[in-house]
Amino acid sequence: MSAECAPVAPAEHTAPPPPATRSDPDEDLPVPVTGWGRTAPSVALLVRPRTHEEAVAAVHRCGSRGTIARGLGRAYGDAAQNAGGAVLDMTGLDRVRTIDAEGGVVVCDAGVSLHRLMEVLLPLGWFVPVTPGTRYVTVGGAIGADIHGKNHHVSGSFSRHVLSLELLTADGEVRTVVPGTELFDATAGGMGLTGVVLSATIRLHPVETSLMSVDTERATDLDDLMSRLTAAQDRRRYSVAWIDLLARGAATGRAVLTRGEHAPLDALPVRARRRPLDFRPRQLFSPPGFVPEGLLGRASVSLFNEVWYRRAPRARRGQLQSIPAFFHPLDGVPHWNRVYGRSGFVQYQFVVGHGQEEALREVVRRVSRQRCPSFLAVLKRFGEGDPGWLSFPMPGWTLALDVPAGLPGLGTFLDGLDQVVADAGGRVYLAKDSRLRPELLTVMYPGLDRFRALRARLDPRGVFVSDLSRRLSL
Amino acid sequence: MKDAFGTPQTLLVLGGTSEIGLATARRLVARRTRTVWLAGRPSPALDSAADGLRELGADVRTVPFDALDPSGHEEVLGKVFAEGDIDMVLLAFGVLGDQAHDEARPLAAVRVAQTNYTGAVSSGLICAGALQAQGHGSLVVLSSVAGERARRANFIYGSSKAGLDTFAQGLGDALHGTGVHVMVVRPGFVRSKMTAGLVEAPLATTPDQVAQAIEKGLRRRSETVWVPGVLRVVMSALRHVPRPLFRRLPV
Repeated sequence: MSAECAPVAPAEHTAPPPPATRSDPDEDLPVPVTGWGRTAPSVALLVRPRTHEEAVAAVHRCGSRGTIARGLGRAYGDAAQNAGGAVLDMTGLDRVRTIDAEGGVVVCDAGVSLHRLMEVLLPLGWFVPVTPGTRYVTVGGAIGADIHGKNHHVSGSFSRHVLSLELLTADGEVRTVVPGTELFDATAGGMGLTGVVLSATIRLHPVETSLMSVDTERATDLDDLMSRLTAAQDRRRYSVAWIDLLARGAATGRAVLTRGEHAPLDALPVRARRRPLDFRPRQLFSPPGFVPEGLLGRASVSLFNEVWYRRAPRARRGQLQSIPAFFHPLDGVPHWNRVYGRSGFVQYQFVVGHGQEEALREVVRRVSRQRCPSFLAVLKRFGEGDPGWLSFPMPGWTLALDVPAGLPGLGTFLDGLDQVVADAGGRVYLAKDSRLRPELLTVMYPGLDRFRALRARLDPRGVFVSDLSRRLSL
Repeated sequence: MKDAFGTPQTLLVLGGTSEIGLATARRLVARRTRTVWLAGRPSPALDSAADGLRELGADVRTVPFDALDPSGHEEVLGKVFAEGDIDMVLLAFGVLGDQAHDEARPLAAVRVAQTNYTGAVSSGLICAGALQAQGHGSLVVLSSVAGERARRANFIYGSSKAGLDTFAQGLGDALHGTGVHVMVVRPGFVRSKMTAGLVEAPLATTPDQVAQAIEKGLRRRSETVWVPGVLRVVMSALRHVPRPLFRRLPV
């Protein structure tokens, strides 16, 4: 396959460690585990396999309450928790095995983070095909949640770029799974419930530099934003809008739209051309372990949103930004999820198809009326849907927002939004969910029956189980 | 499983005819709770409580449970937990007794103590063990402000609740880090059939308000909940009133 195969030694992550850690690596201890939203903790035995064989043994050994793979714990809800059972901490499987520097293909273990891949691949002129809003997700997690990025309208979801993967299934076998098969489509977006992804072969995207050429513009309200996103859809590889959900009245849904490309070499200033593929992310402070509840209230968030909106240029073209600044601004603040205090927070992300813009408007109106203090709200236009049975994306509009979980009446409010989304034929994202009404799941995911049938066949004893799968009867 | 707001999908109410227990169940069924186990002495009241919850759309099952028979608790509760995870156990049984009558008949007083305290110790420990094995869940214990400081008017009931309260606090500490959350709820005077005919104390509350406070406590993963909330301040002041003075207070 490769003209130049370079085995790469595993390196220590500079990433913040996953929230669940333990002191003695030789002993598996029950530890409380939560998702990134820090809600609904449950206790599980944390097992950290270092080799494929150890992973097989761990799956064999797990008791009646089963096991689930966990990466860097960036899923917001309970997808990588397994109360009373075992959780496989996959970050020990962190080897980048081979890189085809000519053809742009990498083979790596499931526990390798996208951050690590960027460190290794950027100097060779390659970039990951899809990156979400954080680099600190593992390859296994990216497949399990079938993540998407700002380039979904061009590139689709992560699993579209997976050429094959090794899957450890409930019977203890390791299978090579390729796209186009049932097992692949169930595993992509299958939230780890078909088995443990051990390694994957991924097609990469070539880049000349590690900088982004970014266009920024403001949209004065939601309709303005949607028309700008639609008109300019195909011009740029990456596009996304930050949206101010606290703005009211005529300004409801005002937004800052950013679009970008990988900057070509000749776009760089002369000095920067000497080292065009530099990748040196910086990290700022980390919030303390204890943050008082209600720091992110309506006043502080609406002030933040106002400043963020005003700060953005009305229209600017071709600004050079680093990859972390463009894709992963929050990665600069390790443990940023602590700022919501003890109760944690809920991420709500849904998609509705084209022609269902009224549902999107309704949700934005309701969130604005409810005065949900949300400062990370993001709107994006998806491209074609992806083949995974439980993959989230579908052609249309997706809105993601964050809300402190302690907000009174939030549960009922979000149930109302679910109904609007379901009535419009849309769905919510399982990797972010921590509270969906189980009855709505079959409505939102038509592939669910096939998924359940395949799981019943492949894993009759229910070896792979998570708090998410228990809560939603996946 | 509980959702991000601590709302359970399955609920076990020990003391299935308790008004606070049922008010809480109704509130939770309106949110996420689908399966409710009502544990109590078989009676028409228990059946009609179950019917009431079924009308709200819940799958309700009753199970014979007697707080005064600790030797049977293991078997009864074991069967419930064998059917699947229980996300929340609400320990709601209790009797008020009749202070004047019970002072003259020690055996009646012992019954109050056995129901409120001994019965709770045995069933509480069994549920705690089962919740710990499943790695998640909430144990909500209905205590009372009466347990906070002894009062002439109800010290038999108060002492039993004081024991229960201390037990539940200790259990909560013992279970810290096991995924099991123990929440002690201390309501003031609750207008219900248990207190019918009594002179109402200041800051009286209702079963619905207690249920609301429980829901909020679950969301915030609180360890102690006072209903109404202002009782926390009132009681911490009353706790320090000298006894000669406290005896004279009209509380």
